[in-house]
Amino acid sequence: MAAPSTASISRPDVVALAAPGVSIGLAPRRRPWREPSALPGFAGALGFTLLYAGLIILLPLAALAARPWEHGPLGVVDAILKPRTLAALRLSFGAALLAAVVNVGMGLLIAWVLGRYRFPGRRVADALVDLPFALPTAVAGIALATLYGPSGWIGAGLARLGVKVAYTPTGVFVALLAVGLPFVVRAVQPVLDDLDASLEEAAQTLGAGPVQAFFRVILPALAPALVTGFALAFARGAGEYGSVIFIAGNMPGVSEIAPLVIVTRLEQYDYAGAASVGLAMLGLSLLALVAVNAVQVALSRRGGR
Amino acid sequence: MSASNLPDRRVGGLVPALLLVLALGWLALVIGAPLATVLAEAFSKGMGTFLATFHEPDALAAIRLTLLVAAVAVPLNAAFGLAAAWSIAKFEFRGRSLLLTLIDLPLSLSPVVSGLVWVLLFGARGWFGPWLEGAGIRVIFAVPGIVLGTILVTVPLIARELIPLMAEQGTDEELAATTLGAGGWTVFRRVTLPNVRWALLHGVLLCNARAMGEFGAVSVVSGHIRGLTDTLPLHVEALYNDYDFVGAFAAATLLAGLAVVTLVAKTVLERAMPMAIR
Repeated sequence: MAAPSTASISRPDVVALAAPGVSIGLAPRRRPWREPSALPGFAGALGFTLLYAGLIILLPLAALAARPWEHGPLGVVDAILKPRTLAALRLSFGAALLAAVVNVGMGLLIAWVLGRYRFPGRRVADALVDLPFALPTAVAGIALATLYGPSGWIGAGLARLGVKVAYTPTGVFVALLAVGLPFVVRAVQPVLDDLDASLEEAAQTLGAGPVQAFFRVILPALAPALVTGFALAFARGAGEYGSVIFIAGNMPGVSEIAPLVIVTRLEQYDYAGAASVGLAMLGLSLLALVAVNAVQVALSRRGGR
Repeated sequence: MSASNLPDRRVGGLVPALLLVLALGWLALVIGAPLATVLAEAFSKGMGTFLATFHEPDALAAIRLTLLVAAVAVPLNAAFGLAAAWSIAKFEFRGRSLLLTLIDLPLSLSPVVSGLVWVLLFGARGWFGPWLEGAGIRVIFAVPGIVLGTILVTVPLIARELIPLMAEQGTDEELAATTLGAGGWTVFRRVTLPNVRWALLHGVLLCNARAMGEFGAVSVVSGHIRGLTDTLPLHVEALYNDYDFVGAFAAATLLAGLAVVTLVAKTVLERAMPMAIR
């Protein structure tokens, strides 16, 4: 390691060890828990960070992890395996999964159009993509419920066709389409912008049609970003409350989402039951994260060959 | 239009035109239509009815509470973001990635769970509930609970903007200032803060929008006492559930306006300082 100037200041031990021949002769020293640095303010900043994260994140999570077990492990299993809870979990995570799949397709299309085409109003369209990030969920919720309700612009038309969206499980799916879209678009956009155009041109020079070039060259390059966008959209959708609650119908076992089960349990002062469902939701989300990470690793292996 | 190395920059040909129509149509349907619905419903009975919503004392109380909650939550999360980024990005220590994971964890929580955890701690049957009751302090169904719920939902937003940027900027400038005799605070104020100010502003903007619009976490801890513990989003819900649709959408217009202003400011910021943010 050629020691740059900072290393010689902040990591003298590393520089010493890196000198040829010296490291072998040294007795193994335990690595200190922090690298020495000439910068001040470490203890104060880290202390505040740990205190704040401990009180705001760790302590509440400890309560979430501990409270479900008040009636023993069976109590937890019982609370989660109730048909009503299972149905709600299935709806929340199932609708989020479906919506995330659709959002991968539509998000890719929108990122593509925004990145590759020039048309009037492009900037407005680009800014509009972020609206679900900034629009309060309750506002989106009442708007969607009205829009798809029996007398709404879209709901009235659908009713004539015999299709009911509002107050059904389909409503949950429709609401999550808006919630997840920006995650996919914003994950794909930077990668698409950086994608070397010469790759596409090379593929086309070698005789690939535009469709072939897309599936063989562009899509593989975008795959990791698409997976990331999918994961974010799914995670957000599975826990979503405000955008969904007004359009869902909230009929137990049919159109009731998992967060509403938590709210209901809390209203009955069933803290252990509410915490059980909350813990199950967090567990499922983290499980999905792990699965997505595994997919990312597999993708990067294949890409690296 | 500038020359480009891409063959299909301009919209020409059948397939690109179809893709364009499909993409914009989808955006209009999924994002544009709900926004238009808010405005159409809010003004459906005319300007007078729209404005009457904001003469209600409950609406004014909800606006005041929303501003108060954001005024507490956003600066605290900004201070946390700066401290976390300073320690994580400028120093090497064991447990760094664990701390990063912990900071990201609230993003995986359902907003309702972010409210629930505070009830588990401070509710009537919470760990500290009875003790607090004895001391005469109300957290749940009161303003402190609303603030805590909001803080938990928004805590990663500013930190996540600052940590990657400050890590990328390294410590060279700070070390130079230290060598020249500047103290810790001076280095932070004169060197670090100016370097991250746009990213900080960007994070504060997003954090503020989320804090003012938070619904799930706040609805669990608020207790829905009108005029006292209803924030603006909760007030929207209350009006909607009372079938006062014009009122609900009028109040929602205020929140939608906040969202649009946030987006415009964000776009301007991103275009002004693209390097600092991306």
